[in-house]
Amino acid sequence: MSEKFDVIVVGAGPSGNAAAYKLASAGLSVLQIERGESPGSKNVQGAILYSDALEKLIPDFRDDAPLERHVIEQRMWVLDDDSYIGSHYRSEVFNQQPYNRYTMIRSQFDKWFSERVQKAGALLICETTVDQLLLDGNRVIGVLTDRQGGEIYADAVILADGVNSLLAKKAGFHPELHPKDVALAVKEIHFMPQELIEQRFNVTGDEGVVIEMVGKITQGMMGTGFLYTNRESITIGVGCMLSDFKQQQITPYALLEQMKAHPSIKPLLQGGEMKEYTAHLIPEGGFNAVPDLYGDGWMIVGDAGMFVNAVHREGSNLAMTTGMHAADTLIELKAEGREFSAANLKRYKTRLDESFVMKDLKKYKNMPDVFHTNPQFFNDYPELLSKAARTMLTVDGVDKKTKEREIRSSFRKRRSLFGMLGDTFKLWRAFE
Amino acid sequence: MSIVVKVEEKLFQNRYKVDSGRPHISIIDEDKCRSGCENRACVVCCPAGCWTLEGNGQVTVISDGCLECGTCRIICDDHRNVAWEYPRGGYGILFKFG
Repeated sequence: MSEKFDVIVVGAGPSGNAAAYKLASAGLSVLQIERGESPGSKNVQGAILYSDALEKLIPDFRDDAPLERHVIEQRMWVLDDDSYIGSHYRSEVFNQQPYNRYTMIRSQFDKWFSERVQKAGALLICETTVDQLLLDGNRVIGVLTDRQGGEIYADAVILADGVNSLLAKKAGFHPELHPKDVALAVKEIHFMPQELIEQRFNVTGDEGVVIEMVGKITQGMMGTGFLYTNRESITIGVGCMLSDFKQQQITPYALLEQMKAHPSIKPLLQGGEMKEYTAHLIPEGGFNAVPDLYGDGWMIVGDAGMFVNAVHREGSNLAMTTGMHAADTLIELKAEGREFSAANLKRYKTRLDESFVMKDLKKYKNMPDVFHTNPQFFNDYPELLSKAARTMLTVDGVDKKTKEREIRSSFRKRRSLFGMLGDTFKLWRAFE
Repeated sequence: MSIVVKVEEKLFQNRYKVDSGRPHISIIDEDKCRSGCENRACVVCCPAGCWTLEGNGQVTVISDGCLECGTCRIICDDHRNVAWEYPRGGYGILFKFG
């Protein structure tokens, strides 16, 4: 193969698909290369789909996209060893079409998305790994695949190759990821009858529930647990910063198993059959860890560019949005007859800066550091909160004022008054 | 409470197309693992249990059950001793649900 395309897109996840869809729709010649046997077979997500980004790209996606349940209830749990204290938000507003977010199963969703991309005119080749970028000086001129005679050329290459982003690393565009900038998530999918899920989570039809969890389930590491209801299955997982796994010498699947055994979680999984176990890295380094995003003949989109909002658990929508902006940049330049040089591709970065993508990442730029250096948020506070609730809810002849005093002193024993004030301030600063 | 977990039982549910004889992960310098590394985070933190500390102090990797997450490569930041490539196109883990 020594053909030449306008654009090569490496990867058929949400960012690569969004880019390829836009480019092909605008009439550019697009080759998309995927290493899995089909799109989705290498991809892992929780998974929640936020409608907004996809809607901008494919307004009628709801007609045939494989969606599981639309989310009408969000539960936030703070857990200690044997309790949770939480808030549930459920609203009939979330039951009105068009729905705002859905649970989904990535391998099915990616396949559907890719079919749309191919219908738009992009050429997809699967079971093909891109080994490296072809460079002419600093300029990317194509890719080298593991197929025979695997050199393929293009005016621009969009790197949508996921969190590990090997291609950009090999080309020297950015250094290796740091363990503090990625979270390792492990999860399982448990199948059970639809009716059981509906009864258990108090939903009917396509309604779904999401549970986000923090606390002792992460054993002091910075991270969260999650449980999502699909149509006939439940996904349950936990993700923590890789640097914390390393420092605390914790085995991920043991962590997951411990979490599944929590007395508040275990009954939710009862009667299910585990059908797949997955692991994936999530780029959570935030604003300060975003690498260079463009150069002569190349752009980075999606997870490869660190585009995850860890605070709000958003990723695939940022992936699609960055893919769209990369595509729009190329479409615009092509229409103007300009080359895909670094100077011109700077427009991609400008577009991102003006979008919610960089604005949100910037807003939370101090968040990772706050939680890295202050493990009390994941250990001490969950326990204290739970103890406070238990103390107040246990009727045992002790007067309420004494109970309040007990709670106050238990907080102070674990965290000094200044420590707590400091924590409040740090959190406020980070969220501000 | 400690729970004994066999990762093999989890991986058994997964679908793989193993590229026999062509492991996509390898150790660059085995001596470094044996004598130059204190914590051997790869052995502890690999979510697929691909890494083992042998009785003789040697660390070995068998990547057949690999979930292709990248943990072992990134976590080895003190030594950069892991050669990590994606499997050949079509090989490796094939997620049914992802």
